[in-house]
Amino acid sequence: MSRAAVLDAGHPPPRLHEVTTPEGVTLHFSIARAGDRLGAFMIDAVLIIVATLLLVVLAWSATSGLGDNSWLWAFVVLGIFLLQSFYFIWFESRGRGMTPGKKRLGIRIMDVEGGTLSAAAVVVRNVMRIVEIHVPLMVLLAPQQFWSDAPQWAQLIACAWVVIIAGMPLFNRKRMRVGDIVAGTIVVVAPVPQLDRDVGGEAPKQPRAQDSAYTFSREQLDVYGAYELQVLEDLLRDKRAQHSSRDALAAVADKIARKIGWPGRIRHWDARPFLTAFYAALRARLEQRMLFGKRKEDKFSDD
Amino acid sequence: MPAIRLKSYEFRREREKAWRRLEVLVQRVEKSGLRSLRESELYELPQLYRQALSSLSVARSISLDKNVLTYLEALSQRAYLAVYGVRRHLREVLLEFFTDAFPTALRRHGRHLLVAGLVLLLGTMAGYLLTMADTDRFYAFVSGDYASGRNPMSSTESLRDALYSDHDETSGLAAFASHLFTHNARVGMLCFALGFLLGIPVFLLLLINGLLLGAFTALYAGRGLGSEFLAWVAPHGVTEILAILLCSAAGLAIAQSLIFPGRLTRMQNLARRGREAGVLVLGAVLMFLAAGLIEGFFRQLVHSQAVRWSLAAASLAFWIWYPFACGRPRERTS
Repeated sequence: MSRAAVLDAGHPPPRLHEVTTPEGVTLHFSIARAGDRLGAFMIDAVLIIVATLLLVVLAWSATSGLGDNSWLWAFVVLGIFLLQSFYFIWFESRGRGMTPGKKRLGIRIMDVEGGTLSAAAVVVRNVMRIVEIHVPLMVLLAPQQFWSDAPQWAQLIACAWVVIIAGMPLFNRKRMRVGDIVAGTIVVVAPVPQLDRDVGGEAPKQPRAQDSAYTFSREQLDVYGAYELQVLEDLLRDKRAQHSSRDALAAVADKIARKIGWPGRIRHWDARPFLTAFYAALRARLEQRMLFGKRKEDKFSDD
Repeated sequence: MPAIRLKSYEFRREREKAWRRLEVLVQRVEKSGLRSLRESELYELPQLYRQALSSLSVARSISLDKNVLTYLEALSQRAYLAVYGVRRHLREVLLEFFTDAFPTALRRHGRHLLVAGLVLLLGTMAGYLLTMADTDRFYAFVSGDYASGRNPMSSTESLRDALYSDHDETSGLAAFASHLFTHNARVGMLCFALGFLLGIPVFLLLLINGLLLGAFTALYAGRGLGSEFLAWVAPHGVTEILAILLCSAAGLAIAQSLIFPGRLTRMQNLARRGREAGVLVLGAVLMFLAAGLIEGFFRQLVHSQAVRWSLAAASLAFWIWYPFACGRPRERTS
């Protein structure tokens, strides 16, 4: 079976960020994709803009009839400032390290070394947005404010510099933007633990008739390795496979049957039971060998 | 092969309950904080967390069940962040900030503050001397918007009036103060963030502001209003200029760790210095708030020179005393 047929094509595997806990176990956090982060930022930016407009409109309508309302406007000015400068800081420094936008896209910030996320770090990573977003935006939209009479080469250098700063997440492996680098933070995929049924390993208390129809010899099981086993697990687990891609199951069953020299053909409706039984047997065999210190990575690795 | 009993399946069956329990506890901590846990649960959490971690290491060596492996990985990550990323109560954080983190950061950045102060002083002196020599240079240092009518063409009377401007109704002052605060805080944050551009823009900003201050001083001093002008600037200026210097010093610290990373790698050094500098910026924002209140209310309402001077002296004394009085590490007696 080809990898592309089974794996969800199009998404490269996420980059990993390793953190070793004080207990000495290494955890592999997945680094958030650049697109997710941009999306999260867009959501937050829209929220900030909408909230700012709401604040102004509310204050406007509340004061239209009154005489002395400068206190109200003082609070509006203050409110807008707090909203624009402290929106990210407020949300990220609370419990889960997520703004509403990040929450929507399932990403969060954490300390790059895995320690406690300090308030100072959150402040720094967000104040840095000024050079990453505000300054580039101003350069784009109102360049004459910056260099009305600067020579052309200076303008070019400034432009390049701005691009480098703003595009920083794309230039490093860990997708850290300038604020992340200065604050020592990193944006990772918020882990969502999900435990499903065991596909093949549900120890059958009384082997059903159809299960016992499939028994495999060692030689047959030694064809494949851990990689193929887990791809098969994904295939069996995939809910869609039950409806739309029965054919895929049948095709895979057929391919396996031929590869291991299974006598007779696997009928269409037998594909799932056959694959499930094969999965259980293969896993038992591979795990048993692992206990003896022999881990077979995939079908190409030698014994 | 006979009926299959997988070791990894047994492994999961025996421990699954504890994993599920941990999941529930972690979810509650994330949602409503550690305080939502009962005492017994507080004991349970770290134990369950360690169990999950050991399950993960065992699973990595005996199980090929991808689902269990990814589940345990995610569960351990989440529990890890919940256990070690714990935040304390806001009151504690604030107390620690004012009595320890902020004064310590102030002391640590003494040299950067000095450099920033010298650059600002240089700008001020230059602005003062240049404008004194030729009053027309005032226009080169101060933009028309900012001067708002105060320039070498104004009469001495109108210049004096600007120092004692008396808003008839005090109601406009709140809006004024809040405008001042937000404007200054934005400039301060910009000053810090520009530190990442190797610090050059920080120096430029300091110089420009120094020239501006010097030009104004020269304008007033030329009319014999020098001390009155200083009495007008100093009450809030002490705090505000210090806050600007703090932000600049923080920016310079960033620039320094970028250019001279020292023993650590650039990234590590930046992360460490960056957080220290962040404390300064946070403190500076609060100082801008104080300065904005003084500038917006006090300066407009109090016209007595003696009171103005004494407030300036008091705030200066406070800022000299504060970093040395708080957060000093106790002498170790060994």
